[in-house]
Amino acid sequence: MKQQFARQFKILLPALIIVFIAALPMKAASSQLLLATTTSTDNTGLLDYLAPMFTKSTGIELKWVATGTGKALKLGENCDCDVLMVHAPPAEKKYVEAGFGVNRRQIMFNDFVIIGPDSDPAGIKKQEICSALQNISEKKEPFVSRGDNSGTNKKEMFLWKQCSGQLPEKQEWYLQTGQGMLATINVAAERNGYTMTDRGTYIKFEANSKGNPPLRIVVEGDESLLNQYSVIEVNPAHCSKVQNELARQFGDWLVSKEGQEAINQFRLLDKQLFTANASQ
Amino acid sequence: MSFILEGFVKAFQLLYQGDSETYSAVLATLKVSSISMTVSLLAGIPLGYLLGYLDFPGKRGVRTVVDTLLSLPTVFIGLVVYAFISNRGPLGEFGLLFTLTGIAIGQSILALPIVIALTATSVEGLERALKLTLRSLGASPRQMFFTTIWEARMGLLIAAVTAAGRVLTEVGISMMVGGNIKWHTRTITTAIALETNKGQFATGIALGLVLLAMAFAINLSLSTLRRRV
Repeated sequence: MKQQFARQFKILLPALIIVFIAALPMKAASSQLLLATTTSTDNTGLLDYLAPMFTKSTGIELKWVATGTGKALKLGENCDCDVLMVHAPPAEKKYVEAGFGVNRRQIMFNDFVIIGPDSDPAGIKKQEICSALQNISEKKEPFVSRGDNSGTNKKEMFLWKQCSGQLPEKQEWYLQTGQGMLATINVAAERNGYTMTDRGTYIKFEANSKGNPPLRIVVEGDESLLNQYSVIEVNPAHCSKVQNELARQFGDWLVSKEGQEAINQFRLLDKQLFTANASQ
Repeated sequence: MSFILEGFVKAFQLLYQGDSETYSAVLATLKVSSISMTVSLLAGIPLGYLLGYLDFPGKRGVRTVVDTLLSLPTVFIGLVVYAFISNRGPLGEFGLLFTLTGIAIGQSILALPIVIALTATSVEGLERALKLTLRSLGASPRQMFFTTIWEARMGLLIAAVTAAGRVLTEVGISMMVGGNIKWHTRTITTAIALETNKGQFATGIALGLVLLAMAFAINLSLSTLRRRV
């Protein structure tokens, strides 16, 4: 019996060794920067495009967690990332004032659009944003919201409050998914409803649907639909272990001529998604 | 509907053409599940043996607790581990959040009750005569342990397969603790969740098939092992 056991062990040992070797952590690169960002920069492929250029120019490897702006700010507050790339200016300003972040810099913008079924059951095509939202509300057409406290969600809630004085919370036509932008657009498509999205994610959705998207842009171009992205370094005074030197380099690179040109040159389906507007 | 068929075709393409993103996720899944399986087996088998073999006051109570832990929801484990290893948490200084090690901690917690409960059950299932015989032959505690474990090997194999199935397929812990970081902590299951969120159903289905193929390979090699012992 013992011999049997020993024989089994001889078979198992090499397997175990292989497993352990495979399990050894990958050799850590000299410097890794952890960025918390929003789903829009990840889903559109912008970060996949920028990260190698940034690494080439600075030697820093960029890792990122893509989540909503709300969660990203929370990650920074908890010292769980080094730098943030988010888009909710009022929340960002509060965040910096509270001492969680430093050196907030504008980097680029894109814009939000309202999309809906081609048949446009609420009849809001080409209306201005407030009357569009009011019409959706009056006709009780389904409106799908992110409901996840992301930058997009904050903007949408702000617009509802501004246009109709209150959030359509708990209305049966107001659906909160609690998921990312593309997932939310997919819900809107399944429910034949409206939603507000950043243009970049919509272009990606258009590409996914192979040129025949079930939802189309119905409202766009309004001043209040602009979507400003900023980079914020997590405050080293608040988080002692944060890699502020690397975070600073990332911010510097984004607002540099090289970074700004890279952002402007990023194309999805031949369309420019983001417009660089760093104030340097 | 075409995306379902597309998924099958794409699964073969991803594997055959050596798609680096897919292999990175496969490797991450393999790494993290090997660590958590090793930890949970090394800790769980002796504990399960003690629970099944010894009679002690309050044994029923311990057993009920372990059985309850079998239904620990992965998102809850994820949340608790996250809270502990976040930089503001009690274990924050080790910097485990968004690492494979962090995921492995959560998965070990997931797998441990399974290994303990199934080991205890299979040890209990052995004939009581074995215990008496061994004792009358004057076996040392160490010999008792190894002989009993050897006799219960089929049950242990089932415990390992069940735990591996749970660990390989969980998504809650990997997503919350690992953060789904590309090239680092993106596992097959979190990649599927991401592709579904992005509306790329074909890629998601393809990754699901890859995971199934891995589970198949593991079970195939274990059943070969079972025939040999």
